[in-house]
Amino acid sequence: MALATRADRPPSLIGSVWRSTVGKKAVMAVTGVIMLAYLVAHVVGNLKIFFGAGEFNAYGHWLRTVGEPFLHHEWFLWIARAALGTAVVLHGVAAYQLSRRDLAARPRQYERKRPRASYATRTMRWGGVIIALFIVWHVLDLTTLTVNPNAQEGRPYENLVASFDRPAVTAFYIVAMLALGLHVRHGFWSAAQTLGANSARRDRVLKFLANALALVLTCGFIAVPVGVLTGVVS
Amino acid sequence: MDLTLRIWRQRNADEAGAMTTYRVTGISEDMSFLEMLDHLNEELILAGDEPVAFDHDCREGICGACGMVINGQAHGPERTTTCQLHMRHFSNGDTIDVEPWRAAAFPVVKDLVVDRSAFDRIIGSGGYVSVPTGSAPEAHATPVPKPVADLAFEHAECIGCGACVAACPNGSAMLFTSAKVVHLNVLPQGGPERESRVLGMVDAMDDQGFGGCTNTGECATACPKGIPLQSIATMNREYLRASLKGGRRR
Repeated sequence: MALATRADRPPSLIGSVWRSTVGKKAVMAVTGVIMLAYLVAHVVGNLKIFFGAGEFNAYGHWLRTVGEPFLHHEWFLWIARAALGTAVVLHGVAAYQLSRRDLAARPRQYERKRPRASYATRTMRWGGVIIALFIVWHVLDLTTLTVNPNAQEGRPYENLVASFDRPAVTAFYIVAMLALGLHVRHGFWSAAQTLGANSARRDRVLKFLANALALVLTCGFIAVPVGVLTGVVS
Repeated sequence: MDLTLRIWRQRNADEAGAMTTYRVTGISEDMSFLEMLDHLNEELILAGDEPVAFDHDCREGICGACGMVINGQAHGPERTTTCQLHMRHFSNGDTIDVEPWRAAAFPVVKDLVVDRSAFDRIIGSGGYVSVPTGSAPEAHATPVPKPVADLAFEHAECIGCGACVAACPNGSAMLFTSAKVVHLNVLPQGGPERESRVLGMVDAMDDQGFGGCTNTGECATACPKGIPLQSIATMNREYLRASLKGGRRR
Protein backbone atom coordinates (compact mmCIF):
# COMPACT_ATOMS: atom_id res chain seq x y z
CA MET A 1 0.00 0.00 0.00
CA ALA A 2 1.35 3.40 -0.92
CA LEU A 3 1.54 5.94 1.83
CA ALA A 4 0.41 9.49 1.25
CA THR A 5 3.54 11.58 1.30
CA ARG A 6 4.01 15.27 1.10
CA ALA A 7 6.86 16.21 -1.19
CA ASP A 8 6.44 19.94 -1.68
CA ARG A 9 6.77 22.48 1.04
CA PRO A 10 3.32 24.04 1.49
CA PRO A 11 3.14 27.63 0.29
CA SER A 12 3.33 30.28 2.99
CA LEU A 13 0.24 32.29 3.90
CA ILE A 14 1.83 35.65 3.08
CA GLY A 15 3.24 34.39 -0.23
CA SER A 16 0.00 32.88 -1.46
CA VAL A 17 -2.09 35.87 -0.36
CA TRP A 18 0.25 38.33 -2.10
CA ARG A 19 0.29 36.25 -5.29
CA SER A 20 -3.49 36.13 -5.69
CA THR A 21 -5.52 39.10 -6.92
CA VAL A 22 -8.00 38.69 -4.07
CA GLY A 23 -5.21 38.59 -1.47
CA LYS A 24 -3.40 41.58 -2.93
CA LYS A 25 -6.65 43.54 -2.85
CA ALA A 26 -6.99 42.59 0.82
CA VAL A 27 -3.54 44.09 1.43
CA MET A 28 -4.71 47.27 -0.31
CA ALA A 29 -7.87 47.32 1.80
CA VAL A 30 -6.07 46.88 5.12
CA THR A 31 -3.38 49.47 4.32
CA GLY A 32 -6.08 51.82 3.03
CA VAL A 33 -8.05 51.53 6.26
CA ILE A 34 -4.87 52.20 8.29
CA MET A 35 -4.18 55.35 6.27
CA LEU A 36 -7.82 56.40 6.57
CA ALA A 37 -7.71 56.08 10.36
CA TYR A 38 -4.58 58.23 10.34
CA LEU A 39 -6.30 60.86 8.18
CA VAL A 40 -9.18 61.14 10.64
CA ALA A 41 -6.68 61.85 13.44
CA HIS A 42 -4.81 64.23 11.11
CA VAL A 43 -7.86 66.32 10.23
CA VAL A 44 -8.82 66.67 13.90
CA GLY A 45 -5.29 67.92 14.65
CA ASN A 46 -5.38 70.33 11.70
CA LEU A 47 -8.53 72.06 12.88
CA LYS A 48 -6.64 73.36 15.94
CA ILE A 49 -5.19 75.92 13.53
CA PHE A 50 -8.35 77.98 14.08
CA PHE A 51 -7.57 78.36 17.78
CA GLY A 52 -4.32 80.25 17.31
CA ALA A 53 -0.59 79.69 17.04
CA GLY A 54 -0.20 78.81 20.72
CA GLU A 55 -2.57 75.85 20.73
CA PHE A 56 -1.47 74.57 17.31
CA ASN A 57 2.25 74.71 18.08
CA ALA A 58 1.69 73.13 21.50
CA TYR A 59 -0.20 70.29 19.75
CA GLY A 60 2.76 69.85 17.40
CA HIS A 61 5.08 69.68 20.37
CA TRP A 62 2.83 67.20 22.22
CA LEU A 63 2.97 64.79 19.24
CA ARG A 64 6.69 64.42 19.99
CA THR A 65 6.09 63.56 23.62
CA VAL A 66 3.30 60.96 23.19
CA GLY A 67 4.03 57.78 25.16
CA GLU A 68 6.64 59.32 27.47
CA PRO A 69 8.09 58.18 29.76
CA PHE A 70 7.46 54.67 28.38
CA LEU A 71 8.62 55.75 24.95
CA HIS A 72 11.58 58.02 24.36
CA HIS A 73 11.07 61.50 22.86
CA GLU A 74 9.66 61.23 19.29
CA TRP A 75 9.59 57.42 19.35
CA PHE A 76 5.81 57.32 18.92
CA LEU A 77 6.11 59.68 15.98
CA TRP A 78 8.72 57.49 14.30
CA ILE A 79 6.74 54.30 14.90
CA ALA A 80 3.71 55.97 13.30
CA ARG A 81 5.84 57.19 10.39
CA ALA A 82 7.27 53.70 9.81
CA ALA A 83 3.80 52.13 9.88
CA LEU A 84 2.37 54.75 7.53
CA GLY A 85 5.35 54.57 5.18
CA THR A 86 4.96 50.79 4.96
CA ALA A 87 1.23 51.17 4.33
CA VAL A 88 1.80 53.73 1.54
CA VAL A 89 4.42 51.54 -0.17
CA LEU A 90 2.37 48.32 0.06
CA HIS A 91 -0.79 50.13 -1.13
CA GLY A 92 1.06 51.68 -4.07
CA VAL A 93 2.95 48.56 -5.14
CA ALA A 94 -0.20 46.42 -4.95
CA ALA A 95 -2.16 49.05 -6.90
CA TYR A 96 0.53 49.20 -9.59
CA GLN A 97 0.76 45.44 -9.97
CA LEU A 98 -3.00 44.94 -10.01
CA SER A 99 -3.50 47.79 -12.50
CA ARG A 100 -0.91 46.29 -14.86
CA ARG A 101 -2.75 43.00 -14.68
CA ASP A 102 -6.18 44.61 -15.15
CA LEU A 103 -5.09 46.58 -18.22
CA ALA A 104 -3.57 43.44 -19.78
CA ALA A 105 -6.79 41.49 -19.12
CA ARG A 106 -8.80 43.91 -21.28
CA PRO A 107 -6.54 44.59 -24.27
CA ARG A 108 -9.18 46.20 -26.48
CA GLN A 109 -11.91 48.71 -25.71
CA TYR A 110 -15.40 48.64 -27.22
CA GLU A 111 -16.34 50.95 -30.07
CA ARG A 112 -18.88 52.78 -27.93
CA LYS A 113 -17.49 53.15 -24.47
CA ARG A 114 -20.23 53.61 -21.92
CA PRO A 115 -18.72 53.82 -18.47
CA ARG A 116 -21.53 53.48 -15.99
CA ALA A 117 -19.31 53.38 -12.92
CA SER A 118 -19.17 56.56 -10.84
CA TYR A 119 -16.57 59.29 -11.38
CA ALA A 120 -14.88 58.33 -8.10
CA THR A 121 -14.54 54.72 -9.25
CA ARG A 122 -13.08 55.67 -12.60
CA THR A 123 -10.51 58.05 -11.13
CA MET A 124 -9.05 55.72 -8.49
CA ARG A 125 -5.79 55.13 -10.37
CA TRP A 126 -4.92 58.67 -11.44
CA GLY A 127 -6.41 60.09 -8.26
CA GLY A 128 -4.08 57.79 -6.34
CA VAL A 129 -1.11 59.06 -8.35
CA ILE A 130 -2.07 62.68 -7.56
CA ILE A 131 -2.36 61.83 -3.87
CA ALA A 132 1.03 60.04 -3.89
CA LEU A 133 2.72 63.08 -5.50
CA PHE A 134 0.97 65.32 -2.99
CA ILE A 135 2.28 63.23 -0.06
CA VAL A 136 5.86 63.72 -1.31
CA TRP A 137 5.34 67.49 -1.62
CA HIS A 138 3.52 67.68 1.72
CA VAL A 139 6.34 65.95 3.63
CA LEU A 140 8.99 68.14 1.93
CA ASP A 141 6.94 71.25 2.70
CA LEU A 142 5.71 70.79 6.27
CA THR A 143 7.69 67.91 7.80
CA THR A 144 11.27 68.24 6.53
CA LEU A 145 10.64 71.94 5.69
CA THR A 146 12.90 71.54 2.63
CA VAL A 147 10.67 73.62 0.35
CA ASN A 148 8.99 75.72 3.04
CA PRO A 149 9.52 79.52 2.76
CA ASN A 150 9.50 79.95 6.57
CA ALA A 151 11.16 76.66 7.61
CA GLN A 152 11.28 77.26 11.36
CA GLU A 153 11.64 74.03 13.36
CA GLY A 154 9.00 73.77 16.09
CA ARG A 155 6.77 76.50 14.63
CA PRO A 156 4.28 74.56 12.43
CA TYR A 157 1.67 77.36 12.56
CA GLU A 158 3.96 79.96 10.99
CA ASN A 159 5.33 77.41 8.49
CA LEU A 160 1.80 76.49 7.42
CA VAL A 161 0.68 80.10 6.94
CA ALA A 162 3.85 80.87 4.96
CA SER A 163 3.27 77.79 2.77
CA PHE A 164 -0.33 78.73 1.94
CA ASP A 165 0.69 82.28 1.06
CA ARG A 166 1.77 80.74 -2.27
CA PRO A 167 -1.36 80.47 -4.52
CA ALA A 168 0.04 77.57 -6.58
CA VAL A 169 0.64 75.54 -3.42
CA THR A 170 -2.88 76.27 -2.19
CA ALA A 171 -4.35 75.25 -5.55
CA PHE A 172 -2.38 71.97 -5.60
CA TYR A 173 -3.44 71.30 -2.01
CA ILE A 174 -7.13 71.77 -2.81
CA VAL A 175 -6.94 69.61 -5.95
CA ALA A 176 -5.19 66.86 -3.96
CA MET A 177 -7.83 67.01 -1.23
CA LEU A 178 -10.63 66.71 -3.80
CA ALA A 179 -8.82 63.70 -5.25
CA LEU A 180 -8.56 62.31 -1.72
CA GLY A 181 -12.29 62.74 -1.14
CA LEU A 182 -13.10 60.85 -4.34
CA HIS A 183 -10.53 58.17 -3.46
CA VAL A 184 -12.06 57.67 0.00
CA ARG A 185 -15.60 57.69 -1.38
CA HIS A 186 -14.92 54.62 -3.51
CA GLY A 187 -12.05 53.23 -1.43
CA PHE A 188 -13.80 52.84 1.92
CA TRP A 189 -16.78 50.93 0.53
CA SER A 190 -14.43 49.00 -1.75
CA ALA A 191 -12.25 47.97 1.21
CA ALA A 192 -15.34 46.63 3.00
CA GLN A 193 -16.25 44.70 -0.13
CA THR A 194 -12.71 43.32 -0.52
CA LEU A 195 -12.47 42.23 3.10
CA GLY A 196 -15.84 40.52 2.82
CA ALA A 197 -17.54 42.86 5.27
CA ASN A 198 -20.21 43.94 2.80
CA SER A 199 -23.60 42.30 2.44
CA ALA A 200 -26.94 43.25 0.91
CA ARG A 201 -28.03 44.50 4.34
CA ARG A 202 -24.94 46.61 5.06
CA ASP A 203 -24.39 47.99 1.56
CA ARG A 204 -26.31 51.26 2.05
CA VAL A 205 -24.79 51.93 5.47
CA LEU A 206 -21.27 51.38 4.13
CA LYS A 207 -21.90 53.66 1.15
CA PHE A 208 -23.27 56.35 3.45
CA LEU A 209 -20.25 56.03 5.75
CA ALA A 210 -17.90 56.26 2.75
CA ASN A 211 -19.58 59.46 1.55
CA ALA A 212 -19.62 60.94 5.05
CA LEU A 213 -15.94 60.17 5.61
CA ALA A 214 -15.00 61.60 2.21
CA LEU A 215 -16.99 64.77 2.85
CA VAL A 216 -15.69 65.34 6.39
CA LEU A 217 -12.05 64.71 5.40
CA THR A 218 -12.16 66.89 2.27
CA CYS A 219 -13.97 69.80 3.97
CA GLY A 220 -11.82 69.53 7.09
CA PHE A 221 -8.56 69.61 5.18
CA ILE A 222 -9.64 72.33 2.72
CA ALA A 223 -10.83 74.53 5.62
CA VAL A 224 -7.19 75.23 6.52
CA PRO A 225 -6.00 76.83 3.22
CA VAL A 226 -9.39 78.57 2.92
CA GLY A 227 -8.79 79.98 6.42
CA VAL A 228 -5.41 81.31 5.32
CA LEU A 229 -6.86 82.71 2.06
CA THR A 230 -9.63 84.54 3.86
CA GLY A 231 -7.33 85.84 6.57
CA VAL A 232 -9.04 83.90 9.40
CA VAL A 233 -5.66 82.23 9.94
CA SER A 234 -2.63 84.52 9.63
CA MET B 1 -37.33 48.48 -39.75
CA ASP B 2 -34.12 49.30 -41.63
CA LEU B 3 -30.83 49.19 -39.77
CA THR B 4 -27.12 49.76 -40.27
CA LEU B 5 -25.02 47.13 -38.55
CA ARG B 6 -21.34 47.48 -37.76
CA ILE B 7 -20.17 43.98 -36.99
CA TRP B 8 -16.76 42.70 -35.93
CA ARG B 9 -15.51 40.33 -38.62
CA GLN B 10 -12.45 38.19 -37.94
CA ARG B 11 -11.70 35.09 -40.01
CA ASN B 12 -9.83 33.21 -37.29
CA ALA B 13 -7.86 33.63 -34.09
CA ASP B 14 -4.64 34.51 -35.91
CA GLU B 15 -5.86 37.17 -38.35
CA ALA B 16 -6.68 40.72 -37.40
CA GLY B 17 -10.35 41.67 -37.43
CA ALA B 18 -12.22 44.85 -38.29
CA MET B 19 -15.66 46.40 -37.95
CA THR B 20 -17.62 45.85 -41.18
CA THR B 21 -20.78 47.73 -42.12
CA TYR B 22 -23.96 45.97 -43.37
CA ARG B 23 -27.43 47.22 -44.21
CA VAL B 24 -30.46 45.15 -43.26
CA THR B 25 -33.99 46.01 -44.31
CA GLY B 26 -37.46 44.74 -43.43
CA ILE B 27 -36.65 43.78 -39.86
CA SER B 28 -39.70 43.07 -37.72
CA GLU B 29 -39.70 44.51 -34.22
CA ASP B 30 -40.84 41.10 -32.94
CA MET B 31 -37.59 39.46 -34.11
CA SER B 32 -35.01 38.62 -31.52
CA PHE B 33 -31.54 40.06 -32.03
CA LEU B 34 -30.31 36.62 -33.11
CA GLU B 35 -33.16 36.26 -35.62
CA MET B 36 -32.16 39.62 -37.05
CA LEU B 37 -28.60 38.24 -37.45
CA ASP B 38 -30.05 35.05 -39.02
CA HIS B 39 -31.82 37.32 -41.51
CA LEU B 40 -28.54 39.08 -42.30
CA ASN B 41 -26.74 35.75 -42.66
CA GLU B 42 -29.33 34.45 -45.13
CA GLU B 43 -28.72 37.50 -47.27
CA LEU B 44 -24.94 37.08 -46.96
CA ILE B 45 -25.15 33.40 -47.98
CA LEU B 46 -27.35 34.23 -50.99
CA ALA B 47 -24.82 36.87 -52.01
CA GLY B 48 -22.02 34.30 -51.72
CA ASP B 49 -20.45 35.91 -48.68
CA GLU B 50 -19.31 34.30 -45.44
CA PRO B 51 -22.09 34.44 -42.79
CA VAL B 52 -21.40 36.10 -39.44
CA ALA B 53 -20.39 33.45 -36.89
CA PHE B 54 -22.03 33.72 -33.46
CA ASP B 55 -22.72 31.33 -30.59
CA HIS B 56 -26.31 30.38 -29.76
CA ASP B 57 -28.13 27.32 -28.51
CA CYS B 58 -31.39 27.30 -26.54
CA ARG B 59 -32.63 30.76 -27.58
CA GLU B 60 -34.68 30.73 -24.38
CA GLY B 61 -32.30 32.73 -22.19
CA ILE B 62 -31.25 29.77 -20.05
CA CYS B 63 -28.16 28.22 -21.62
CA GLY B 64 -25.63 31.06 -21.68
CA ALA B 65 -24.30 30.22 -25.15
CA CYS B 66 -25.19 33.47 -26.91
CA GLY B 67 -23.50 36.69 -26.03
CA MET B 68 -22.23 39.72 -27.87
CA VAL B 69 -21.56 43.32 -27.02
CA ILE B 70 -24.22 45.52 -28.60
CA ASN B 71 -23.56 49.26 -28.61
CA GLY B 72 -20.92 48.82 -25.91
CA GLN B 73 -23.19 46.84 -23.59
CA ALA B 74 -22.97 43.10 -22.96
CA HIS B 75 -26.19 41.51 -24.29
CA GLY B 76 -27.35 44.95 -25.42
CA PRO B 77 -29.59 47.57 -23.82
CA GLU B 78 -31.94 45.23 -21.94
CA ARG B 79 -30.98 43.14 -18.92
CA THR B 80 -31.36 39.80 -20.64
CA THR B 81 -29.48 37.42 -22.90
CA THR B 82 -28.96 38.39 -26.54
CA CYS B 83 -31.46 35.74 -27.70
CA GLN B 84 -34.17 37.33 -25.54
CA LEU B 85 -33.39 40.85 -26.72
CA HIS B 86 -36.02 41.97 -29.21
CA MET B 87 -35.67 44.44 -32.04
CA ARG B 88 -38.46 46.60 -30.58
CA HIS B 89 -35.77 48.07 -28.32
CA PHE B 90 -34.18 49.65 -31.40
CA SER B 91 -35.51 52.28 -33.76
CA ASN B 92 -35.74 52.43 -37.53
CA GLY B 93 -32.52 53.85 -38.99
CA ASP B 94 -30.34 52.97 -35.97
CA THR B 95 -26.68 52.12 -36.37
CA ILE B 96 -25.87 49.16 -34.11
CA ASP B 97 -22.32 48.12 -33.15
CA VAL B 98 -21.91 44.39 -32.57
CA GLU B 99 -18.67 43.10 -31.07
CA PRO B 100 -17.46 39.91 -29.39
CA TRP B 101 -16.71 39.75 -25.64
CA ARG B 102 -13.39 41.54 -25.19
CA ALA B 103 -11.10 39.94 -22.64
CA ALA B 104 -7.59 38.50 -22.82
CA ALA B 105 -8.91 35.28 -21.26
CA PHE B 106 -11.61 34.98 -23.97
CA PRO B 107 -9.72 34.91 -27.29
CA VAL B 108 -11.82 35.44 -30.43
CA VAL B 109 -12.30 32.22 -32.39
CA LYS B 110 -14.18 33.76 -35.30
CA ASP B 111 -16.28 36.92 -35.74
CA LEU B 112 -18.46 37.10 -32.59
CA VAL B 113 -17.46 33.69 -31.22
CA VAL B 114 -15.02 33.67 -28.33
CA ASP B 115 -13.37 30.77 -26.53
CA ARG B 116 -14.86 30.70 -23.02
CA SER B 117 -13.16 27.47 -21.91
CA ALA B 118 -11.28 29.49 -19.26
CA PHE B 119 -14.59 29.31 -17.34
CA ASP B 120 -14.54 25.52 -17.59
CA ARG B 121 -11.06 25.44 -16.09
CA ILE B 122 -12.25 27.59 -13.16
CA ILE B 123 -15.18 25.19 -12.60
CA GLY B 124 -12.82 22.23 -12.92
CA SER B 125 -10.72 23.50 -10.05
CA GLY B 126 -13.47 23.42 -7.42
CA GLY B 127 -16.90 24.31 -8.83
CA TYR B 128 -18.44 20.95 -7.88
CA VAL B 129 -19.19 18.75 -4.89
CA SER B 130 -17.49 15.37 -4.61
CA VAL B 131 -20.12 12.71 -3.97
CA PRO B 132 -19.89 8.93 -4.19
CA THR B 133 -21.84 7.57 -7.12
CA GLY B 134 -24.34 4.78 -6.63
CA SER B 135 -27.63 4.85 -4.81
CA ALA B 136 -29.22 8.29 -4.50
CA PRO B 137 -29.14 9.62 -0.93
CA GLU B 138 -32.40 10.09 0.95
CA ALA B 139 -33.55 13.65 0.13
CA HIS B 140 -34.44 14.50 3.74
CA ALA B 141 -31.15 13.27 5.20
CA THR B 142 -29.51 16.70 4.79
CA PRO B 143 -31.81 19.50 5.91
CA VAL B 144 -31.25 22.84 4.17
CA PRO B 145 -32.92 25.92 5.72
CA LYS B 146 -35.13 27.79 3.25
CA PRO B 147 -33.11 31.08 3.29
CA VAL B 148 -29.92 29.11 2.58
CA ALA B 149 -31.59 27.21 -0.24
CA ASP B 150 -32.83 30.52 -1.70
CA LEU B 151 -29.36 32.07 -1.47
CA ALA B 152 -27.79 29.03 -3.12
CA PHE B 153 -30.41 29.07 -5.85
CA GLU B 154 -29.95 32.78 -6.51
CA HIS B 155 -26.28 32.05 -7.25
CA ALA B 156 -26.95 28.78 -9.08
CA GLU B 157 -28.85 30.85 -11.64
CA CYS B 158 -25.52 31.83 -13.26
CA ILE B 159 -25.49 30.48 -16.81
CA GLY B 160 -21.80 31.18 -17.42
CA CYS B 161 -22.44 33.44 -20.40
CA GLY B 162 -19.44 35.66 -19.63
CA ALA B 163 -21.26 39.01 -19.74
CA CYS B 164 -19.64 39.92 -16.40
CA VAL B 165 -16.16 39.49 -17.89
CA ALA B 166 -17.17 41.36 -21.05
CA ALA B 167 -18.63 44.29 -19.09
CA CYS B 168 -15.78 44.55 -16.57
CA PRO B 169 -13.18 47.19 -17.50
CA ASN B 170 -10.57 44.77 -16.06
CA GLY B 171 -11.86 41.63 -17.81
CA SER B 172 -12.37 40.11 -14.38
CA ALA B 173 -14.21 36.85 -13.71
CA MET B 174 -14.92 37.63 -10.05
CA LEU B 175 -18.73 37.64 -10.40
CA PHE B 176 -18.79 34.32 -12.25
CA THR B 177 -16.40 32.67 -9.79
CA SER B 178 -18.19 34.11 -6.78
CA ALA B 179 -21.57 32.87 -8.06
CA LYS B 180 -20.30 29.31 -8.07
CA VAL B 181 -18.35 29.64 -4.79
CA VAL B 182 -21.36 31.09 -2.95
CA HIS B 183 -23.78 28.60 -4.51
CA LEU B 184 -21.85 25.60 -3.20
CA ASN B 185 -20.23 27.03 -0.06
CA VAL B 186 -23.50 27.96 1.63
CA LEU B 187 -24.95 24.47 1.19
CA PRO B 188 -24.17 21.62 3.60
CA GLN B 189 -23.25 19.43 0.62
CA GLY B 190 -20.50 21.92 -0.27
CA GLY B 191 -19.15 22.10 3.27
CA PRO B 192 -16.40 19.44 3.12
CA GLU B 193 -14.67 21.28 0.24
CA ARG B 194 -15.45 24.80 1.41
CA GLU B 195 -11.82 25.94 1.73
CA SER B 196 -10.20 24.04 -1.14
CA ARG B 197 -13.00 25.18 -3.47
CA VAL B 198 -12.54 28.91 -3.03
CA LEU B 199 -8.74 28.72 -2.96
CA GLY B 200 -8.61 26.50 -6.04
CA MET B 201 -11.11 28.52 -8.03
CA VAL B 202 -9.49 31.89 -7.25
CA ASP B 203 -6.07 30.46 -8.18
CA ALA B 204 -7.48 29.11 -11.46
CA MET B 205 -9.18 32.45 -12.17
CA ASP B 206 -5.86 34.26 -11.75
CA ASP B 207 -4.02 31.65 -13.85
CA GLN B 208 -6.44 32.12 -16.78
CA GLY B 209 -5.43 35.78 -17.14
CA PHE B 210 -8.59 37.44 -15.87
CA GLY B 211 -8.11 40.84 -14.23
CA GLY B 212 -8.82 41.76 -10.63
CA CYS B 213 -11.91 43.39 -9.18
CA THR B 214 -12.00 47.17 -8.76
CA ASN B 215 -15.61 47.16 -7.53
CA THR B 216 -16.94 49.13 -10.49
CA GLY B 217 -20.13 47.04 -10.42
CA GLU B 218 -20.37 46.81 -14.23
CA CYS B 219 -20.57 43.00 -13.97
CA ALA B 220 -23.66 42.92 -11.76
CA THR B 221 -25.33 45.56 -13.95
CA ALA B 222 -24.73 43.46 -17.08
CA CYS B 223 -25.59 40.05 -15.58
CA PRO B 224 -28.75 38.71 -17.26
CA LYS B 225 -29.42 36.54 -14.22
CA GLY B 226 -29.06 39.25 -11.59
CA ILE B 227 -26.15 37.78 -9.61
CA PRO B 228 -25.60 40.50 -6.96
CA LEU B 229 -22.33 42.40 -6.49
CA GLN B 230 -22.28 41.36 -2.82
CA SER B 231 -21.45 37.80 -3.96
CA ILE B 232 -17.94 39.05 -4.63
CA ALA B 233 -17.69 40.26 -1.01
CA THR B 234 -18.83 36.83 0.15
CA MET B 235 -16.22 35.12 -2.01
CA ASN B 236 -13.53 37.48 -0.68
CA ARG B 237 -14.58 36.58 2.86
CA GLU B 238 -14.48 32.87 2.03
CA TYR B 239 -11.06 33.26 0.43
CA LEU B 240 -9.54 35.13 3.39
CA ARG B 241 -11.12 32.71 5.85
CA ALA B 242 -9.78 29.69 3.94
CA SER B 243 -6.31 31.27 3.67
CA LEU B 244 -6.17 31.94 7.42
CA LYS B 245 -7.38 28.42 8.13
CA GLY B 246 -4.51 27.07 6.05
CA GLY B 247 -6.87 25.41 3.58
CA ARG B 248 -4.08 25.14 1.02
CA ARG B 249 -2.01 22.94 3.28
CA ARG B 250 -4.52 20.17 3.51
